[in-house]
Amino acid sequence: MTDIISDAEEAGFANDRTQSNTLGEAVQAYVRRVRGGDMGALPAILGLVVLFIVFGLANDRFISALNMANLITQAGAIIVLAMGLVLVLLLGDIDLSAGVTGGVSAAVMGLAIAKHDLPWTVAVIGALLTGAVIGLVIGVLVSKLGIPSFVVTLAFFLGLQGVLLKLIGDGGSVRVDQEVIKGITKSNVPVTWGWILAVVVIAAFAALALRAHRIKVTKGLQHQPMAVIVAQIIALAVVVLGVTYVLNLNRAPNPGFTIEGIPYVLLLVIALLILWTFILGRTSYGRHVYAVGGNPEAARRAGINVDRIRVSVFVFGSSMAALSGVIAASNLGKVSTSSGGGNTLLYAVGAAVIGGTSLFGGKGKASNAVIGGLVIATIANGLGLLDQASYINFIVTGGVLLLAASVDAISRRRRSASGL
Amino acid sequence: MSTTPLLEMRGINKSFGVVHVLHDVDLTIYPGQVTALVGDNGAGKSTLVKAVAGIYPLDSGEYLFDGKPVDVHGPKDASALGIEVVYQDLALCENLDIVENMFLGREVKKGPVLDETTMESKAREVLKSLSVRTVKSVRQSVSSLSGGQRQTVAIAKAALWNSKVVLLDEPTAALGVAQTRQVLDLVRRLADSGVGVLLISHNLTDVFEVADRITALYLGRVAADVATQDVTSRQVVELITTGTSTDFDGATAPSAKA
Repeated sequence: MTDIISDAEEAGFANDRTQSNTLGEAVQAYVRRVRGGDMGALPAILGLVVLFIVFGLANDRFISALNMANLITQAGAIIVLAMGLVLVLLLGDIDLSAGVTGGVSAAVMGLAIAKHDLPWTVAVIGALLTGAVIGLVIGVLVSKLGIPSFVVTLAFFLGLQGVLLKLIGDGGSVRVDQEVIKGITKSNVPVTWGWILAVVVIAAFAALALRAHRIKVTKGLQHQPMAVIVAQIIALAVVVLGVTYVLNLNRAPNPGFTIEGIPYVLLLVIALLILWTFILGRTSYGRHVYAVGGNPEAARRAGINVDRIRVSVFVFGSSMAALSGVIAASNLGKVSTSSGGGNTLLYAVGAAVIGGTSLFGGKGKASNAVIGGLVIATIANGLGLLDQASYINFIVTGGVLLLAASVDAISRRRRSASGL
Repeated sequence: MSTTPLLEMRGINKSFGVVHVLHDVDLTIYPGQVTALVGDNGAGKSTLVKAVAGIYPLDSGEYLFDGKPVDVHGPKDASALGIEVVYQDLALCENLDIVENMFLGREVKKGPVLDETTMESKAREVLKSLSVRTVKSVRQSVSSLSGGQRQTVAIAKAALWNSKVVLLDEPTAALGVAQTRQVLDLVRRLADSGVGVLLISHNLTDVFEVADRITALYLGRVAADVATQDVTSRQVVELITTGTSTDFDGATAPSAKA
């Protein structure tokens, strides 16, 4: 450790420290960051804990294996939609049409299977392409014509509902009977495979984290103390093994049946989480997305094609919306004229913002969508179990969204005040 | 001045519509020297800088780099030659850290993945070579930096690319006394490392402190192009405000001098 510090002095940074030396200092630094307004996902995690305690005490069915599995399948579509919105929010834009984009894409998939007998792979690709094309048009209108994304996507929100009505027909719905599609939310990973995957995920995370740490130490780069890395690995292991254990319990409500294993939708969410975390954090494309969200003029002068980044983000965002529509259709077993309407979009925006993504652009992660999506799904699920009238659900969710946006705005002010 | 000029503009003319902004302007930047570009508001300083940076096409005139005529049709051509511009509003992304800003748009990659190790080491190296001691960590976000530190980062970013010519647009305009000191020291070190620096400034104290040569613009024409030690501050003020200076024998067009 001493040689790292002498290296830093040699490097001419009087105050530069390549690491906070002890766990205590690392914790102190974190507390300072949170106080300074850089809270990240902390409010959402605390909120999730509080919600679990409150609903757990209010209804003993809430913390049951069956309900936890339900919660995850309900959260799936919200999380995937929210991940797409995180991308759009990173640029400081908004996509109000994301929900109905999902509905239209799901309708394309449903009709391809039900009416045209196409294989599910073709149908899902069709849905994703539908989303991508919608995103492309929105992105071009926003970046080339310079219409605010709020207005463009509001127009699409209305227009696409019309498209959905035309596709499905008044008041009707398209049944989604295909086994694979239904299986996304209704089938489970065999118990043994669940455990194997859990162990693989933990081992891979640990190996990558330790390797990155070793490289940083040997090259004398800024790094966290070993204790923090170990704490992160342990925390991940506890969560992954805990969730795997609960989901691998037999949760069939009636004796004589067996329902156990991790729902496939959870694997899909984890895969998307890894994908977007990698893209945003480890590729120059991701770096450019943050740059455009932080300061478009600086990005332009650095030679980044701002328009291309903006268009591509809308394409990816709407494609994620399409995927979310497919998951929702799988869960519901049908696509109806109201699919993706109602509070779908607000749930997803709420999820992204509650998770710690800023509405002002430049700050957010894929993991925000997962944590925020769980908060939103927990509220809906818990209030549902308490047999509350749906008006309560709307009011509570709206209140939570407002609270999250306030936290975002206040933390932003504190950040600029404390210079963090 | 014994060396050949790194960058030479000869007889530059530039008009916007009917407004003739630059009249037969000559500009010379030598390696290892700080050339100050002074002039009142509207004298054509910014236009000249943007012409050098390739943002404005020239109406007429020669653009020589390392003694050879070159074609500069855009900012990319200029940066390919090793010309970097640090604009007054800095153009840093506040949500990114120092390393990320310094490599923005030119990230080092290993395959598809960002090579953070190399980027962080290189950034440290450059900051070290410029003896930057004020930043706490190269991984702190730019929003946490003071104005002087941001200027430092912007200049270090320009120095990162083995640049040969660095144009600085009013680098000390918004800074306090101590920070101005640091930035001027940095400008000097940058020049001492062999880079040709063009410093645009309103502040004659700064200019006299750090510049080797002064090019004064008056209404789009070069009023003087002299070594700093040959002029006084009062003469430069006269050159900026009236275009001539009574007791200054070098105040002729540089073409006549050459």
